[in-house]
Amino acid sequence: MKSLNLQRVFARNTYLISFILLVIVLGINYIVQNNVFELRVLNNNLRTLVPLMLLAVGQSIVVIGGGLDLSVGTLVSMLSALLITWVTPDSTPDQILLAVVLVCAAGMLAGLVNGLVVAYLRLQPMITTYATSFIFSGIALLLLPRPGGSIPRDLSTFYRSPLLDIPLAFYAIALLLLFWSVLRTTRYAQYLYATGSSGAAAYATGVPVRVVRVTTYVWSGLFAALASLTLMLSTGGASQANIGDDMTLDSIVAVVLGGTRLSGGQGGIAGAIIGVMILRVIRNVIFFAAVPTWSQTLVNALIIIAALAGPGLIRLIRRSIGR
Amino acid sequence: MNAQTLRRYLTPPLIALLLAIALFFAGGFINPDFINVTQAINIVRLAAFLGIIAAGQTLVIVSGGEGIDLSVGAVVTLAAILTFRITGGDNNLVGVGLLASLSAGFIVGLLNGIGIALLRIPPLVMTLGMTGVVSGTILVVTQGEMLGATPALMSTYIARPLIFGIPGVIIIWVALGVVMWLLMERTTYGKHLFAIGVNRTAARLSGVRVERVVIITYTLAGLLAALGGFMLLGFAQTVLLNLGDPYRFPSIAAVVVGGTMLTGGKGSYWGTMSGALVLTLIDSLLRAMGLAEAYQLIVFGGLLVLLIAVYGRELNLRQ
Repeated sequence: MKSLNLQRVFARNTYLISFILLVIVLGINYIVQNNVFELRVLNNNLRTLVPLMLLAVGQSIVVIGGGLDLSVGTLVSMLSALLITWVTPDSTPDQILLAVVLVCAAGMLAGLVNGLVVAYLRLQPMITTYATSFIFSGIALLLLPRPGGSIPRDLSTFYRSPLLDIPLAFYAIALLLLFWSVLRTTRYAQYLYATGSSGAAAYATGVPVRVVRVTTYVWSGLFAALASLTLMLSTGGASQANIGDDMTLDSIVAVVLGGTRLSGGQGGIAGAIIGVMILRVIRNVIFFAAVPTWSQTLVNALIIIAALAGPGLIRLIRRSIGR
Repeated sequence: MNAQTLRRYLTPPLIALLLAIALFFAGGFINPDFINVTQAINIVRLAAFLGIIAAGQTLVIVSGGEGIDLSVGAVVTLAAILTFRITGGDNNLVGVGLLASLSAGFIVGLLNGIGIALLRIPPLVMTLGMTGVVSGTILVVTQGEMLGATPALMSTYIARPLIFGIPGVIIIWVALGVVMWLLMERTTYGKHLFAIGVNRTAARLSGVRVERVVIITYTLAGLLAALGGFMLLGFAQTVLLNLGDPYRFPSIAAVVVGGTMLTGGKGSYWGTMSGALVLTLIDSLLRAMGLAEAYQLIVFGGLLVLLIAVYGRELNLRQ
C-alpha cells in the first residue's frame, strides 16, 4: 500500500525525481566548493546558465507538443550574429531596443518556417530542423564571417550585477515560471498537451493540431532569440558564427533530465530549468573536485548517464524484488 | 504505364537513386569536368564510407521506439584511433586492429542497447550520453596525442583502385548491401526488427522478445559504425579527435533520404545506400560550384528540406 502511494506521488509530480537529483548534486557541490551559496558565486553560476535555460524552455514547449527542434543552437548563432551587426558600443537606447525587437521577430519568423514545414508539409520534425539548422548556420556565417562584436559596457555591467542583492537570474526564473503558470490556465495549454500525446486523437476532438504545432516552433524561435540576447549580454557582445551550435543537444538533455518525455504530451518548463541547473552543477562539481582535465568529459558523461538511468534502475530493482 | 503501376515501382529508394544520377549529370552542366569515370568512382567511394556507417543507423531507425543512434560518430573515431594505435603502421597487425575496433563497437552498442531496452532511457539521450563516454575515454587514453600510423595494406585494399579501377571499399559496400538485405528480409531477426518497429506491444504479444531485439539492433549498429571507422582510416590515413563527427547526423539524413521513416517499421538498406549517394553528390556538387561556405550550407539545408518533402512525409491527420 505504501509503495503504491509513493508511485502515485512520483507519477503526479514529474519534477520530483529531477528535483531530488538537483538537491543531491547541489549537496555534492557544497562539499567540494563551500562558497557555492554565496551571493557572488551564485550570481556568476546562474548568470552563465540563463541562455541555455531559455533555450531549454523553448525546447520543452516543442517536445510537449510532440516535436523536436534540432535547430535551436544554430538559431542562437544566427540571432547573435544579427544582433551584433546592429548593435555597437555607441548605439543609443532606441537603436538597441529596435535591434532587440527585430531579433525577437527574426527568431519567431525562423520558428514559423520550421513550424509550417513540420505541420503543413508534414515533414518529420527531427530531420526538418536538422536541415534548417544548415540554413541558419549559413546565414550566421554570412553575417559574421569573423569573430567579433561588442555592446555598450553599461549593459553588460547591469547584467553582471545582482539587483537588490538577488541575482538577476532569479528574476528570469521567476518570470518564466509565472509565464508558464499563466499559460497553463489557458485553453491553448490543453491543446498543446493533447496534440503532444496523440495528434490524431486531438484532431478528432477538434483541436487545431496544425496551428498548435506551428506555435510550438514559434515559441522555440522566440526563446532562442531571448537566449541569444542574454548570451550577448554575458559575453559583452563578443560572438562568433557558431557560438550557440553546441547548445542544441544540451537543451534536449536538460529537457529529459527535467522529467519531460521526448514522446510528448507530458512535462513542463520547470523541469527544463531544473535540468539545466543539474547539468551546470555537475560541471561545477567536476571542476572543483579537481578531476584531471583529460578525464572531465568522461566523468561528465558518466554522471549524466547515471542520472538518466536512475529511475529505470529503481524500476528494475523493484521488479526483481517483487518477484 | 498508368499512375498506379508507376507509383508501385517508383519507391523512395528508386527516386533517390534516379535523383543521384540526375544530380551527377546536372554537375556536368555546371562544370563539364564533373562528368568522368574517375569522378564518378571518387563520389561512390566517398558515399561508401557514409553508407557503411549509416547501415547500423538504418537498423536502429527501423526498430522504432524513437530509435536513433547519435553515437556512431564517436564510435567511428574510436575504431580509427584504435586501429591507428594498435597497428602502428604494421601490416601484420591489421587483423588485430580490425578485431579490436569491432570489439569496441560491440561494447558501445551493447551498452546503448541495455540503457535503452532495460533502463528505458530515450535512445536520443542515451546514445548522446554514450558519445560523451566514448569521446571521454578517447581523451583519457590518448591524452590528446595521436600516436601510431596507418598500415600501407589498408590504403591499398580500401581506398586505392583494386579491381577494374574500383576501390576495395566500394566492393565491400556492395557486399554489405547484400548481407544487409539478407539480414533484414530473410532472417527471423529481420522479421522481428520490422515487427517491433511497427508496433512493440503487438510484437510482444505475438511472442517477439522485444528487449532482446532492441539490444541486438544497437549492438549491430555499434559493430557497423566501428567497421565504418576502420575503413575510414584506410582512406583518411590519419586520425583526429573529431574524425567521425561529420558522420553523426548525415548518417541519419542518408537513412531518411532513402525513404525510411523515422517512426520505424518501414525502410530498406538499399534506400540508405541511395541516400548516401544523393547526399555525397549534393555535397560534391556544391563544392565543385565553388560557392562560399556560407552559401553551401544554406543551399544544402534548403535542398535537404526539398528532398524529404518529396516523400518523407507523415500521414495526413484526416486519414
